[in-house]
Amino acid sequence: MPSDKRKRRSVLVQMETPNLIPERDLGTIPVLQAEHLGIDFGGLTAVDDFNIAMGKTEISGLIGPNGAGKTTIFNLLTNVYKPTRGTVLIDGYDTAGKSVAEVNRMGIARTFQNIRLFSQMTVEQNVLVGFGNTMSTHLITDMLRLPGHWRQEAEFHERALELLDIFDMRKYADTQAGNLPYGAQRRLEILRALATGPKVLLLDEPAAGMNPAETEELMENIQKIRDEFQIAILLIEHDMSLVMGVCEVVGVLDYGKIIAKGTPEQIQNDPRVIEAYLGKQEVK
Amino acid sequence: MRHEKTEDKPVISASASKGDTGVYRRLPMPARYAINAVVVLVLLVLGELMIDGGAINRYQSTVLEQVGIYIILAVSLNIATGYLGQLPLGHAGFMSMGAYGCSIFIIRMSEVLGVGARDFVTGTPMALVLVIGGLVVGGLCAAVAGIVIGIPALRLKGDYLAIITLAFAEIIRVVMLNIDDVLGFELTGGAAGLTGIPGFSSFLLVFGCVAVVCFLIHTMMKSRHGRAILAIRDNEIAAEATGVNTTYYKTLAFVVSAFFAGVAGGLYAGCVGVLQPAVFGFMKSIEILVMVVLGGMGSMLGSALSATVLTILPEALRAFSEYRMIAYAVVLIIVMIFRPQGLLGSYDFSLSRVIERVMNRDFPWKRRDDKPAAEKDGEEVSAHAER
Repeated sequence: MPSDKRKRRSVLVQMETPNLIPERDLGTIPVLQAEHLGIDFGGLTAVDDFNIAMGKTEISGLIGPNGAGKTTIFNLLTNVYKPTRGTVLIDGYDTAGKSVAEVNRMGIARTFQNIRLFSQMTVEQNVLVGFGNTMSTHLITDMLRLPGHWRQEAEFHERALELLDIFDMRKYADTQAGNLPYGAQRRLEILRALATGPKVLLLDEPAAGMNPAETEELMENIQKIRDEFQIAILLIEHDMSLVMGVCEVVGVLDYGKIIAKGTPEQIQNDPRVIEAYLGKQEVK
Repeated sequence: MRHEKTEDKPVISASASKGDTGVYRRLPMPARYAINAVVVLVLLVLGELMIDGGAINRYQSTVLEQVGIYIILAVSLNIATGYLGQLPLGHAGFMSMGAYGCSIFIIRMSEVLGVGARDFVTGTPMALVLVIGGLVVGGLCAAVAGIVIGIPALRLKGDYLAIITLAFAEIIRVVMLNIDDVLGFELTGGAAGLTGIPGFSSFLLVFGCVAVVCFLIHTMMKSRHGRAILAIRDNEIAAEATGVNTTYYKTLAFVVSAFFAGVAGGLYAGCVGVLQPAVFGFMKSIEILVMVVLGGMGSMLGSALSATVLTILPEALRAFSEYRMIAYAVVLIIVMIFRPQGLLGSYDFSLSRVIERVMNRDFPWKRRDDKPAAEKDGEEVSAHAER
């Protein structure tokens, strides 16, 4: 556990651009904060000077053309890549020097662009792996099947099923995760991330490969998660209907740099964004 | 019946094994354990009676002990290969650590405590305590070796891990061979071998250990620790992002695997009575790995079955001694061509599940008309087995 010394009490205030942080979250410690975050791969600067401060219950989106560095930012926030510069604070604690698993325990959970489930395990077991750090039985208790083991397994069996209920997936509990339909696999990945008890949820293209009806459902689900769990959600998405429909703040990334930031309406009309996506109009 | 039942269910039926009444009756937990314990006890007593009564002769019972030892070796290696998904090639090294640790402990302690070689055969309480202590010491020696090798080796994957563990097992072998000469100890007896080990292994002891080891591995794998290990096998990156401390759990699986290999080594020492470093060479590791791969990675029953077959087969084929290695090789080739996932794949047997099926009258022949559902069920069984 991080010591209190590392705790930074920076508090969210309205900064240069107004209305960026939802008013309900003002005055609290930002749940996720990145300052001047950047990484170089050899001579290539993949991400440069990325800044974010997210309120406790904020839903934000990150958009940008292919190769802009969106997934790299997720990897930096979760310490999969060690940042070349800058810091990441989760609920005020610095993540520098932490392993990926430790960063997860500090309160950041993610899903992956290409689904990464524990495909040979059942749906319930997938969720239970997420609960793993909340469970506390000692190896010996488990191996000898002492009463503590049974108590805990029963408790978390219930909790896992309750969690599955959120997306109406209780019926799949004993199904092998790899055999699930595509949409259900995406939902399971989100549930598994939620089981780790995060403060921030990072969703990497949650709507990829979904039809409009499924995307609609996903939008409702994202809001439902935020309301029920009171957590912040940061998502990468190419589907603009989802981003514009659900996000309160949208950042646009191009060549590893944030080129615009604002509410969905502001972003839609921003000439820099249109340029990044469609290119500059040639002057004849 | 089943046919209509599956109609209204989702594409993938999560409850394919539900009975006609809709409520699937299950055995209560204590009953499951009681049934399994009774079956194991009955088998042990039956075997012992047959040996005492002379239905199994001395030679056959020695082969049986060997079978039990190889079962422990195979199921313990299965933790690292089948469950963790790594490919260590140094299992014989851990086995030899256990064998030497156990026998040196027993030889020294029996001198101190004044327990004679005869006591081990007749089985006085003191000798029994000494033997169990010896097996634990053997297991701990192997576990320490497992930590020493595991921490650096598990940073590597696949071929690299195989080679580093292989090299480590060779180091152990060479140390056992030379430690007396070089450092002037009187520990292992060098190339001449360690003699004077009391013959403490018996059918009951070996298969008692088999039962305990299988139980402990089973319970570990069906707990949060086991799930973390399986998660690492299925997707290491996702496991890490889900908060699984991959270094810890990899090392844990590796060390538990080594511990039980050490116990098997101790039993082996008590069975053959003489230890020579040459026995624990590279080929021994391969032999154990072959058992696991042949039986099906991740299947405890598969490992046990193939350990049994591959131990008995060479003995049974002694009459054709010139051809037996050919037969052995041919069996391996055929299995790998026609069943690359191993004989049982990842299927695992559960007696309670069979009883539950009978209780619910859920028999395979009832679903003959329902081919797809039957296939589904097969998959479900394997998913179930992973628990």
